[in-house]
Amino acid sequence: MSWLQILWFFLLFVLFSGFFVLEGFDFGVGMSTKLLARNTSEEDQLVATIGPHWDGNEVWLITAGGAMFASYPMWYASLFSGFYIMFFIVLFGLIVRGVSFEFAAHAETKTGRNIWRWALACGSLIPPFVLGMIFTAIIQPLPITKAGNVYPTLGNQINLLTIVGGVAVTLMMLMHGLNFIRLKTTGDLRKRAREWNSKLYYLLYAGEVVFAVLLFFMTDFFKERPISTLLILVVIVGSTVAAHIGVLKDNEVLSFVGSAIGLVGVVGVIFNGLFPRVMIGQDAAMSILAKDASASPLTLTIMTIVAVILLPIALIYFIWSYVVFHKRVQAKGAVSE
Amino acid sequence: MLMAMDVLSLARFQFAMTTVFHFFFVPFSIGMGLVTAIMETLYVRKKNETYKKMAKFWGKIFLLSFAVGVVTGIIQEFQFGMNWSNYSRFMGDIFGVPLAIEALLAFFMESTFIGLWMFTWDRFKPVVHAIFIWMTWLGTTLSAIWILSANAFMQHPTGFAISQSTGRVKLVDFGAVITNPQLWVEFPHVIFGAFTTAGFAVAGMAAWRLLKKDQVDFYKKSLKVGLVVGTIASACAIGFGDLQTQFIIKDQPMKFAATEGIYKDTSDPAPWTLVELINTKDHTTSGNIEIPYLLSLLSYHKMNGSVKGMETANKELQAKYGKDKDYYVPVKTLFWSFRVMAGGGVLLFLLGFLGLWFGRKKKDTLLNQRWLLYILGFALWLPFIINTAGWFITELGRYPWVVYGLYTIADAVSPTTTAGQLLFTNICYFLIFTLLGGVMIYYSHRVLKKGPEGDLNTDYGVNSDPLAKEAFAK
Repeated sequence: MSWLQILWFFLLFVLFSGFFVLEGFDFGVGMSTKLLARNTSEEDQLVATIGPHWDGNEVWLITAGGAMFASYPMWYASLFSGFYIMFFIVLFGLIVRGVSFEFAAHAETKTGRNIWRWALACGSLIPPFVLGMIFTAIIQPLPITKAGNVYPTLGNQINLLTIVGGVAVTLMMLMHGLNFIRLKTTGDLRKRAREWNSKLYYLLYAGEVVFAVLLFFMTDFFKERPISTLLILVVIVGSTVAAHIGVLKDNEVLSFVGSAIGLVGVVGVIFNGLFPRVMIGQDAAMSILAKDASASPLTLTIMTIVAVILLPIALIYFIWSYVVFHKRVQAKGAVSE
Repeated sequence: MLMAMDVLSLARFQFAMTTVFHFFFVPFSIGMGLVTAIMETLYVRKKNETYKKMAKFWGKIFLLSFAVGVVTGIIQEFQFGMNWSNYSRFMGDIFGVPLAIEALLAFFMESTFIGLWMFTWDRFKPVVHAIFIWMTWLGTTLSAIWILSANAFMQHPTGFAISQSTGRVKLVDFGAVITNPQLWVEFPHVIFGAFTTAGFAVAGMAAWRLLKKDQVDFYKKSLKVGLVVGTIASACAIGFGDLQTQFIIKDQPMKFAATEGIYKDTSDPAPWTLVELINTKDHTTSGNIEIPYLLSLLSYHKMNGSVKGMETANKELQAKYGKDKDYYVPVKTLFWSFRVMAGGGVLLFLLGFLGLWFGRKKKDTLLNQRWLLYILGFALWLPFIINTAGWFITELGRYPWVVYGLYTIADAVSPTTTAGQLLFTNICYFLIFTLLGGVMIYYSHRVLKKGPEGDLNTDYGVNSDPLAKEAFAK
């Protein structure tokens, strides 16, 4: 395996982590519009926290997908065609969610507006759940043919681990979103988000333990890479504890950073356990290996040059836009605190 | 009917449906970004509040289109892997790089700056705020270069080798991929088509309001910006279309002959057929209405020269790629698409020219030409039809190849995908698109009706600017 292949495997981890962290809170805020908000004015307050950012956050997914196509075409092809219906459901969620922001702003009736807010909430709930399922399905052995085509059965797609994976990713993103709301709003919403999270963290601990146990029984991660897997799991639990302390001690930055690291840890445990494979075959000889799945060295070299130049530039204005909108959003008509 | 629905046809149908729908919003958004940016720049330079109102107003329609464009764009990226996995394996080494650059360079730019532009009208100096919309527009335009460089490769592969061990395309010269001659006739044609689309869409929408004598100053100024952009852009689109034709005659003679409905090599000089009935079985045409010399003129820019017919092109292709199949493309679709595209393009240019002529500063009688305003009003739909027709020619004219001369459409489809899955997703996409298209048109229509003073969601105390100063705590 060449260092370029390792680098791009790592960069895919970085890009998917960026997506999990950034669109993670974005999804969480979207779910919260129907969970946390009690009236339309609170819904608007929540949407305003992600209004300028959601599209940029989604670009992390598009970039991760594009980079996967570019650096690991065999992985991209096997994964997306194999989990066809699941990716379609993800798309469905992203579509209704993506248009909901604009459409809700244009709706003139209470019903019309409510439909698009529900579209936002559902469209923010479906993709994390199904992506969580896909990511936990591909760490289990799958039926793979010699040509690299994956034919997952229903049981490969829906089993205990994938359901726990889907729920865990959704829950983590919801809680990450609540932590973001605590950072970005004032008044009642901010308090309520904290109350919710002070309870939800106990549920997440349970979820993480179940996830770790299932990882032991249903994947070969503890056989193939026991130490690093264990280490990342410790990081996930540790960051969860830190985030929880942030809730209890009312330290919003600590909570947000904690839930962000937790999400990076989830992507990390998956990428770490997969390596050097990209898809795991039920017949080990059929596993798709990173060394065979990548693009040519020339393509990877050009991509590296491109990423080294363009990613920092993109990051500068991407981060700057968060600086521009760094203030808290308060409810309409509320008195400044 | 159901029996005939095999995986390949369903996947092709899906690609056609999703890209055609996506491409209603892509050129409209790229063009609307430009129109909005021009309006805001006029505000910055002339300090006339009407231009600011215009930028905000047309910006609302731009944002609606942008939103639908974004969500239908994600489908495209996923679709290559989902429905065309063998294509992705075959083309990954080439296709991935432009796609990744598109994301890193263009998508980050457009998505970040559109967010900044939407919510900071009161927070930055006008000139800085205008830069945001220009950056958004630049992002959308850059994205077109990169995705079209992938398409150009599929039309005219350059800078590659076929790998001995895998049989797949391998990148050998990235410079050759981005200097592909096909790209540099295709990109300007597409991008000016995009400006044309928005120019005439804005002009058409404004024309309807002017017919109702509504906000005359506002819509008159909007109409003029639309006409200037649309007329210049349509002239450029026609010019680059001509260059592209010159390229295709040599590069893909089958495609060109099909757009002209020619089976046998033409006489010299070649007449241009305006309309004809095509019999694809017997390779004959009837009812031809011909204009002498014109095809030679269009093809070679001179009064003589014969044009190769499809039968000759087929023989050449058989000699090159194997006699086991025919290489005929869907002739009737190409023939009529070309007439819609070229005829429509020229018509738009003439309409724009007439509009500018009647609206000239010395003797402005544009508002009295109600017939022209009516035609412009209906013509706002025409660019969308023209764009679609253009892509029909480009993509169907490549049949049976997905990558010209290298890889067929039949080989490209995902082996894992079933007809049932594709039928299901086709139905879902159709329903979703009907909904999205309907809602988008409805809300645009409402924006237009409410006019520049209209606010969004006024009943709920929310305007389009939820992050304006007063919404923030100290």
